[in-house]
Amino acid sequence: MDNAPEYVIEMLHITKEFPGIKANDDITLQLRRGEIHALLGENGAGKSTLMSVLFGLYQPDEGVIKKDGKEVQINDPNDATALHIGMVHQHFKLIDVFTVLDNIILGAEDTHFGFLSRKAAREKVLSLSERYGLKVDLDAKIEDITVGMQQRVEILKMLYRDNEVLIFDEPTAVLTPQEIEELMEIMRGLTKEGKSILFISHKLNEIMEVSDRVTVLRKGRYVGTVDTAATTQEELSRMMVGRPVQLVVEKDPAKPAEPVLTVEHLSVPSRLYKRDAVKDVSFTARAGEIVCIAGIDGNGQTDLVYALTGLEKPSGGKITLCGHDITHAAIQDRSKAGMSHIPEDRHKHGLILDFTLEQNLVLQRFQEPQFQNHGFIRFDETRKYADKLIAQYDVRSGQGPLTIARSMSGGNQQKAIVAREIDRDKPLIVAVQPTRGLDVGAIEYIHGELVKQRDEGKAVLLVSLELDEVMNLSDRILVMYEGQIVGQFDPKQTTVEELGLYMAGAKRQEVTEA
Amino acid sequence: MKNRLLKLWHQDATRSVMASVLSILAGLVAGSVIILIVGLCNPTLGLKSVWDGVRLIFGGLFATGRDASGALTFGFNPASVGNMLFRATPLILTGLSVAVAFKTGLFNIGAPGQYLAGTAATLFIALSIPSSVVPPQIIWFLAFFGGMLAGALWGAIPGMLKSLLNINEVLACIMTNWIAANLVTWVFDISNLKNVVENTKSGYIYKTTFNNVATSKLGLDLIFHDSQVNGGIVVAAILAIIVYIILTRTTFGYQLKACGSNRFAARYAGIKDKRNIVLSMAIAGSLAGAAGSLYYLSGNTEFFWSTYQSLPAAGFNGIPVALLAANHPIGVIFTGMFMSMLDIAGLQMTNLTAYNEYITDVIIAVIVYLSAFSLLIKTLLGHRKAHKDDTPLKNPGPQNTQTDSKADGKEALKA
Repeated sequence: MDNAPEYVIEMLHITKEFPGIKANDDITLQLRRGEIHALLGENGAGKSTLMSVLFGLYQPDEGVIKKDGKEVQINDPNDATALHIGMVHQHFKLIDVFTVLDNIILGAEDTHFGFLSRKAAREKVLSLSERYGLKVDLDAKIEDITVGMQQRVEILKMLYRDNEVLIFDEPTAVLTPQEIEELMEIMRGLTKEGKSILFISHKLNEIMEVSDRVTVLRKGRYVGTVDTAATTQEELSRMMVGRPVQLVVEKDPAKPAEPVLTVEHLSVPSRLYKRDAVKDVSFTARAGEIVCIAGIDGNGQTDLVYALTGLEKPSGGKITLCGHDITHAAIQDRSKAGMSHIPEDRHKHGLILDFTLEQNLVLQRFQEPQFQNHGFIRFDETRKYADKLIAQYDVRSGQGPLTIARSMSGGNQQKAIVAREIDRDKPLIVAVQPTRGLDVGAIEYIHGELVKQRDEGKAVLLVSLELDEVMNLSDRILVMYEGQIVGQFDPKQTTVEELGLYMAGAKRQEVTEA
Repeated sequence: MKNRLLKLWHQDATRSVMASVLSILAGLVAGSVIILIVGLCNPTLGLKSVWDGVRLIFGGLFATGRDASGALTFGFNPASVGNMLFRATPLILTGLSVAVAFKTGLFNIGAPGQYLAGTAATLFIALSIPSSVVPPQIIWFLAFFGGMLAGALWGAIPGMLKSLLNINEVLACIMTNWIAANLVTWVFDISNLKNVVENTKSGYIYKTTFNNVATSKLGLDLIFHDSQVNGGIVVAAILAIIVYIILTRTTFGYQLKACGSNRFAARYAGIKDKRNIVLSMAIAGSLAGAAGSLYYLSGNTEFFWSTYQSLPAAGFNGIPVALLAANHPIGVIFTGMFMSMLDIAGLQMTNLTAYNEYITDVIIAVIVYLSAFSLLIKTLLGHRKAHKDDTPLKNPGPQNTQTDSKADGKEALKA
């Protein structure tokens, strides 16, 4: 190793331009052998483009890529694989009904007279899993193992192909705190064995914990590379956003008043299986508090929200909103009874992407007398209202109210939805993952708005997968596991680790009335 | 000035029109090429006839015959223009039918069945109420609205199957088309209208004039004398304008488009998506029904019934009319006229040259094919410009998917 060059991968002065947008503008990234190098940036900062260039999906307009000090040309992903560059994608590329072993060798199978020969492969995978502490059951099917396990399979896939440079694209998004901790251990183990890791993330605490150096991008430009040990979270977020950012939400203690939403023994059938996705759930949300439902994705939170908001029919139980029984009410009637809803999937439910911003801002209200006259749309009023919301909530877009929603950035799309839902001024705000995929600046803003609504006496029901958000924002935490509420906590008196145990089903309280 | 032109260019509508014009030109050129090949390969034809044929393709509507020396003459031909308007009437309406459904995210390939339903209802009403008792004008209105209603009901069936049982509307429409064909045959078979209509050796001919019912000419025959034109074209144009107003100005249109663009978001917002799907198909059906109704109410058209009824081409031709107009209700008026103009050009070609009218079928086929790609062409036009001046390109994703769905529709058509 002595005579090997210091950097295993060098991307020097990479510029990649798309029509109208410079996605990467003179970016330099140097990955040392055996280090964990974090790549940090807001959405649209150019992280994905840079990695796609490294992976051969795009050709850079300018700049060179060097592997072990030698300039290389990466024309397609096969070239990248040949150079031993591997990637764990955010959404795993695994076949559910195949076994772990078959998934690992898929695409790199040994064959014997045209027949698949798994023996040598099994031995190699076993030795790899032992060497790096990646325990998996090779004969289990992917659909039967946890998400954390699936990620290990992805890592083993890369190791099986003798990759030296491993790219992790937002690997912690789907994991529990315990699983994240284990992943960090695995990553450290990998670098000890001489692998080099590129870690893409926008979660500052993880970057601080695991990485050796950080390269920060902003709006397609290179901001700088710093040693993790010599920096702070505040410093990094300032580099990423370009201004100081409030990382912790400042809020006064909640003053919960009368119940706004009461849920009693609610059950919701699963959309996929013949069982209930939500089983006998009861809780209340009071005016002036933020109640948060925490849990790992897929434990019934989505189904619960669908039943509350009317997108799905419950199979049993009762929902009361501001004194009205809305268990079987139509969506419009729920809205009238006092519910606004920031949906989980802003592209599927939140916006009509081919409509203009102003059309989207009146999505629920176009029938109100303010916006229509005998069935004819009042365009002047719609425009006035849209202009007001855009100014008040600082929704940025190319052509103001006439911007097509699809062409807006994710953060501004979400801001538009938040503006629309908050401005409807309903006593209950159901906010599902309101900051998913957003950058620090937008998160700060949306959190601030939700706290403001709470202080104005609204009940906020927050459903989130991000534990930081849960701890930061909520006044009361309910943990959901396999369709049931398994614990109720005061965020001031609990820890992320404690919550993690409940989220993973390792512990549970008897919660009768939350 | 330059800025203004640039702005005009960037408007979506401009690009839609450009894409359609390009498709049309490509179709006409393809037709010309075929004439050239046929002409040159046939020793009795030759270049002069090719020149005649090509001129008729582009200007058949204005051909007035041949002069003493045998050369083609061109000018205002009132009969051709009048017939063009007459033939455009059902095309505009079936085109509108398809366009309305498209706006709601549905592919209405059921226009032929709805057209037949409208035809049957109209003929029954127009022939069974005795004009000696009820004034023919009133019978006309009853027959017209009866036809629209029948079309609406027929269109609502696939709409309900789609919204309640999530059955693909294309499948349901194809089935209801053939059900309509057989049902109409059967209904005419058992009816006693046979007694009032003309009987020929091979079947019965239904004509509303047997009962003195016919669409008013509204004086159009004075301008376009010797043609079949009547007030139907005015009705079609008015319906197109009404549809345009509904889609762009009303909350109802907003709901329909919301359901079409994103059914889930519409539902999230409390819009009754199921109801809107049924309504959209019913409106589409009523327009196709009106097409059949107006065509046979003209008085000089004969509905020829024999034991086997095929699907009316006017229903299917609504699809290219709508595609070419990029589903714009006002655009449909012009593309409908253009399609019927090609018909006239074909007839003139048969009358005046050795070529026959089927060449216009080739032209229509090419145009239909390209108009399915018109969104792609539109995107390409957008790309070229985006490179030149630094305007950020809109995500081309949606346009691509739309092109895909239309291509799917095409395949369904072939099937």
